[in-house]
Amino acid sequence: MPKSDNELTWKDLEIGCIVTTPGSAAAYRTGDWRSQKPEYDFSRCIKCGMCQLYCPEGCVKVNTQGYFEADLYHCKGCGICARECPVWVITMKEEA
Amino acid sequence: MTKRVGMEVSVAIGEMVKMADVDVIAAYPITPQTHIVEHLAELVADGELDAEYIPVESEHSAMSACLGSSAAGARTFTATAGQGLELMHEVLYVASAMRFPIVMTVANRALSSPLSVWGDHSDAMAVRDTGWIQIFTENGQEVIDNVICAFRIAEDHNVLLPVMVHLDGFHLSHVIEPMLFPEEEQVKAFLPINDYPLPLNPAKPVAMGDFAPPVIYTEAKWAQEENLRKSKETILAVWDEFAKAFGRRYLPVESYRTEGAKTLLLTMGSFSETAMTVIDKLRDEGQKIGLIRLRLWRPFPFEELRQAVKGVETLIVLDRALSTGGPGGPVCSEIRSALYDMSFRPKIVSFVGGLGGRDITATGFETIIKRGMELARTGSDKEFQIFGVRE
Repeated sequence: MPKSDNELTWKDLEIGCIVTTPGSAAAYRTGDWRSQKPEYDFSRCIKCGMCQLYCPEGCVKVNTQGYFEADLYHCKGCGICARECPVWVITMKEEA
Repeated sequence: MTKRVGMEVSVAIGEMVKMADVDVIAAYPITPQTHIVEHLAELVADGELDAEYIPVESEHSAMSACLGSSAAGARTFTATAGQGLELMHEVLYVASAMRFPIVMTVANRALSSPLSVWGDHSDAMAVRDTGWIQIFTENGQEVIDNVICAFRIAEDHNVLLPVMVHLDGFHLSHVIEPMLFPEEEQVKAFLPINDYPLPLNPAKPVAMGDFAPPVIYTEAKWAQEENLRKSKETILAVWDEFAKAFGRRYLPVESYRTEGAKTLLLTMGSFSETAMTVIDKLRDEGQKIGLIRLRLWRPFPFEELRQAVKGVETLIVLDRALSTGGPGGPVCSEIRSALYDMSFRPKIVSFVGGLGGRDITATGFETIIKRGMELARTGSDKEFQIFGVRE
């Protein structure tokens, strides 16, 4: 079981804090930075994929029905997808 | 075996870097460092040195290019001076914290304004806390010897840190001196190939220079501090091996005629040689006086310094930089702090002089010593004395 960040001592760090496990950034939860989340009205969606192209986080994925949807583990709630969607599928809603 | 050659010190640095068989040089020319990189550019252009020479658009870019090449495991060299070192400033911290064994010679120069291309130690003092190993030299031989040692120290797996070799601008960089040059084979034997343990490699991907959230930053900085302090063991070992291989020995604090001395003068860099002639004269007159020179500036040699001043009554420190509005001489400030906890410590007198290329002659050093001894007796209400200013 690898140590969590809270348990790492200075002796555990690689030289120069080099990260030797590829893809480790995906484990970093950025979803909890969010204050608004995207909500979808898929009945209007034309599946153009503009939201995926514009997402700065790269967190928009295609769901099982073929619609584009943000992965909320990584989505920071910036709202760019809602702004760019040509058919107004997405609205940003305050989270509790 | 070794050849005795008369050569400009800057050109000699280029020749030694060639012997070290560097892979990448990324540099921007600036007085008084220009001849170093000019000569290296010629060596590469003439096919005498098989290396990449990257002519960058600024010193910030020079050091950034060095990060990249060092990350790929290439033996990397650069050189700069004064304003150039300042423009590199933020990248210097990155080089040391990312543990890249870059070697850089700095032809020490005063900082603007007023504009001055001439020498003092303002540039070196401004990069004091950047995490680099820093070595000061006094003559051409010391410079070229320490360039070779610097690669060996930097690339040692117990160290993996960048090293600056300081030489005084013009007073050293532009003078022609006799130097003993080793054979290329001797250098090869002394300097194994660079074997960076975690280089950029598509077959084994790593992420370098990631951010550290508050939960890890303190640990990262402490690891760096422990590493830089511990590097002293390797520096001493490399200088020891250098002495065995080449017959010239370097120490973190060098002593000159200090036997039974009651008064010591402390200097750094090329002015130490003028100071030595004065010490000779005063010794011959029967005064109990000696000279110590701080060669290793970082990591700071606390133990060696305390040892060197044991039993001494007066220590006169000459700084070639000014910490404006502060303690005056930055070197003296650190020395005061290093000696403060000794139960019997010398009286310390701080002088600042030799700024912006102004020479301190033998007579000048005699004045400093005389005035320093006087102030040690009478005390002074000033943090430091400025030497040679016209009132």
